[in-house]
Amino acid sequence: MKAFAALIKQLDTTNKTTVKVRALAEYFRSASDTDKVWTIALLSHRRPSRPVNTTLLRAYAAELAQIDLWLFEDSYHIVGDLAETIALVVPQTAEKEKERSLTDYLNDMIWLKKEEDSVKKEYLQREWSILPYYERFVFTKLLTGGFRIGVSQKLMTRSLSMATEIEEDILAYKLMGNWKPQSISFQELVLDERSGDQDSKPYPFYLAYALEDELPALGTVDDWYAEHKWDGIRAQLIKRNGAIFIWTRGEELVTDRYPEFDRISTNIPDGTVFDGELLPMIDGKIGTFNDLQKRIGRRTVSKALLEKVPVILRAYDLLECEGDDLRADAFMERRIKLEAVVQRVDNPLIDISPLVEFEEWEDLEKVRAKARDMKSEGLMLKRKDAPYRIGRKKGDWWKWKLDPMCIDAVLTYAMRGHGRRSNLFTDYTFALWRENESGERELVTFAKAYSGLTDKEFRAVDKFIKSNTIERFGPVRSVVPELVFEIGFEAIAPSSRHKSGIATRFPRILRWRQDKKIEEANTLDDLKAMIIE
Amino acid sequence: MTGDTKLGFNIKTNKDQPLLVFNERGIYCPQADLYIDAWKPVNRCIITHGHSDHSKFGHKYYLTHHFNVPIIRHRLGNIAVKGIEWGEVFTVNGVQFSLHPAGHVIGSSQVRVEYKGEVWVFTGDYKLQDDGVCQPWEPVKCHALITECTFGLPAFNWRPQQEVMQDINSWWADNKTEEKTSVIFAYSLGKAQRILKHLNVDQGKIYTHGAIEKMTEVLRSIVDFPPTELITRDTKKQDLLGNIVIAPPSAHGSSWIRKMVPFETASASGWMAFRGARRRRAVDRGFVLSDHCDWQALLKAIKSSGAEKVICTHGYTDIFSKYLRSIGLDARTEKTQYEGELLEVEKVEV
Repeated sequence: MKAFAALIKQLDTTNKTTVKVRALAEYFRSASDTDKVWTIALLSHRRPSRPVNTTLLRAYAAELAQIDLWLFEDSYHIVGDLAETIALVVPQTAEKEKERSLTDYLNDMIWLKKEEDSVKKEYLQREWSILPYYERFVFTKLLTGGFRIGVSQKLMTRSLSMATEIEEDILAYKLMGNWKPQSISFQELVLDERSGDQDSKPYPFYLAYALEDELPALGTVDDWYAEHKWDGIRAQLIKRNGAIFIWTRGEELVTDRYPEFDRISTNIPDGTVFDGELLPMIDGKIGTFNDLQKRIGRRTVSKALLEKVPVILRAYDLLECEGDDLRADAFMERRIKLEAVVQRVDNPLIDISPLVEFEEWEDLEKVRAKARDMKSEGLMLKRKDAPYRIGRKKGDWWKWKLDPMCIDAVLTYAMRGHGRRSNLFTDYTFALWRENESGERELVTFAKAYSGLTDKEFRAVDKFIKSNTIERFGPVRSVVPELVFEIGFEAIAPSSRHKSGIATRFPRILRWRQDKKIEEANTLDDLKAMIIE
Repeated sequence: MTGDTKLGFNIKTNKDQPLLVFNERGIYCPQADLYIDAWKPVNRCIITHGHSDHSKFGHKYYLTHHFNVPIIRHRLGNIAVKGIEWGEVFTVNGVQFSLHPAGHVIGSSQVRVEYKGEVWVFTGDYKLQDDGVCQPWEPVKCHALITECTFGLPAFNWRPQQEVMQDINSWWADNKTEEKTSVIFAYSLGKAQRILKHLNVDQGKIYTHGAIEKMTEVLRSIVDFPPTELITRDTKKQDLLGNIVIAPPSAHGSSWIRKMVPFETASASGWMAFRGARRRRAVDRGFVLSDHCDWQALLKAIKSSGAEKVICTHGYTDIFSKYLRSIGLDARTEKTQYEGELLEVEKVEV
């Protein structure tokens, strides 16, 4: 644990990628095989499920620190991270007798989950009292959730590649999928060359960059295909040896959440991998992302929900055909095969993302301007002769999204941020004007946003909030309505769950309108007028 | 020491006015018509210490500890200021005032105010740890204590200074091995000298930014410090390699610093206890070192003052006073314009 905590500390105290990679590679060279497997698991979001809920964690920690629960909670609101709060308030009162490994602690957590609360309490309080500060923090982090130390899976893979001298792309493939850290060895996971038993494995997704230059900079029109950019969930649908697997871009296996595809399993030939977008299709029309949201989190899907929000796959690439990896082929050729396979499936559950026809670059601008009518977010540009690459690479795929819709809104509530923003009020709620029954103008909240300002602007707004607080509700403060911000969002839809009656998609702050007074902010009616039927 | 006021004494609350009140200009003693650490210009003002949120420009007469006189003269120019000793009592319209060490920075004081047997103390900014630079804090008995609580949360628990300074010195040594310059950010009055005093001079030379050099020069008449060298236009990058530079937080990210490549940066502040603050500050290392009380020190100070009534000024006032009420004290908060250690973390610009 000492070595793992030292690693996390090193990763956390530097902003330099090279230093992070070096530290991780060094760890992968020196740690025990089981610790390595667990480290890979933790850095790729494969932690064991939480053995103790956070309510109990808080209670046990407050008790050990000899403070009231409210004081612990208030401290937590300010520190902004539960594990850090616990590590800070709980004193180390004894020395540990022997060093225990990361693997030991993770095995503890798997064991602990099944134990009685009294056992959990005794275990946690003992470990908290013997671990030094940073190990106590890391230990508690293992219990509570993500590390947020700026180590992406990619960076981890690069470090592992440095330590093992196995190619990065091969490692990325090996580390995908549904392996269990408690039952796989480092040899099996990383070192062994495997052939079979990999039916479920998806390919690393190829991700597009946002278009940087004007279209003509891409070269001749003939080299490119254009498609709409669909606003669903990016996914790979795999059929191998009779079974279907669905993976999302977040490398999550979600097959069980979309049972509709089981029905057409026999239509799809073995050895097929589609890349496409899961979209809600309601009465023959693409629904909103809000509709899809109802399906995303559900592990078990009721019949009623299946009927209410049916989902289809809109395929736009074919990565494997008859068991052959097509990724090195030109997109144009993959596309021909894709059309053939989709035709063979012959079911509306899998359709194809149509190509947008264009002769001049200007034609595309016209199509993009009307993208919202098509329920798309903009356009994708794909080079006809490009292979299917790994990860985010520039050059062959570009996304050309619509400019966000925007509206000027008034800041009305604020909350402290998390992680690196935990000391600043950076999570904001915004409101628009509307007329109430008695004909008076009032502000009604419509969206939350917490990104889009510079650090300097956040500090200035934070200072305003701290000196213009009206009321406090736990971590939330209501603020004197005075600041106006331009809020951008991708789409809007009617919603009965929101006070304003409107749900916005991916709202963020575009800029601080220091030139505007609150009276000049937009009205809820302005927002409603943006909804496309 | 003065004031052997018996505790357990019933507080005689003046029917008209408390002994000290908070108005829009600062902490005010109506009976003596005199302010403490006023934030707007006033006639007569007692100053606890030289940080800019406590010693504002524009008062007619200043009164402070004599160690603080050269400090505020340096900052505020030629002002009318009188310096007095710790424990020296002066009386204004029947109110007895005296200053007592606060242990915050050189020349920092608590202010004791007594009238008709009732004693109030304003702590100013303070810490209990002896930092080896300024006169250590001394407990002062009182009925009512006005205290800061910049770090008034149980999440703040300082390690002994010796351990932190060891960390700073070994960080410097590591950077030296990698042939890098160490740049440490510290507030120019207080933290800079505290670090300077305990740097291991055998490891190399200590360079300073102009703001720090000037303030340290002022303080050399009071305390011995290791030699420092001011960075000028003629200072060569190679001269700095392996050595340490003390710079004010405002120099972070400036072109002045960028010229020193390759370097490692560090910040020394109580806020560095928080991971979020460390990362937001974007320094390579954060050392938890504060000139304010941590949670336990605040509680110890309040206990040893014997005060039944506590007023919390700046910091986590709501939470801290709520806690004090939960342990049976008569505690409340007052709004002031003091900033605590805020100015050491980041300059707020609007």
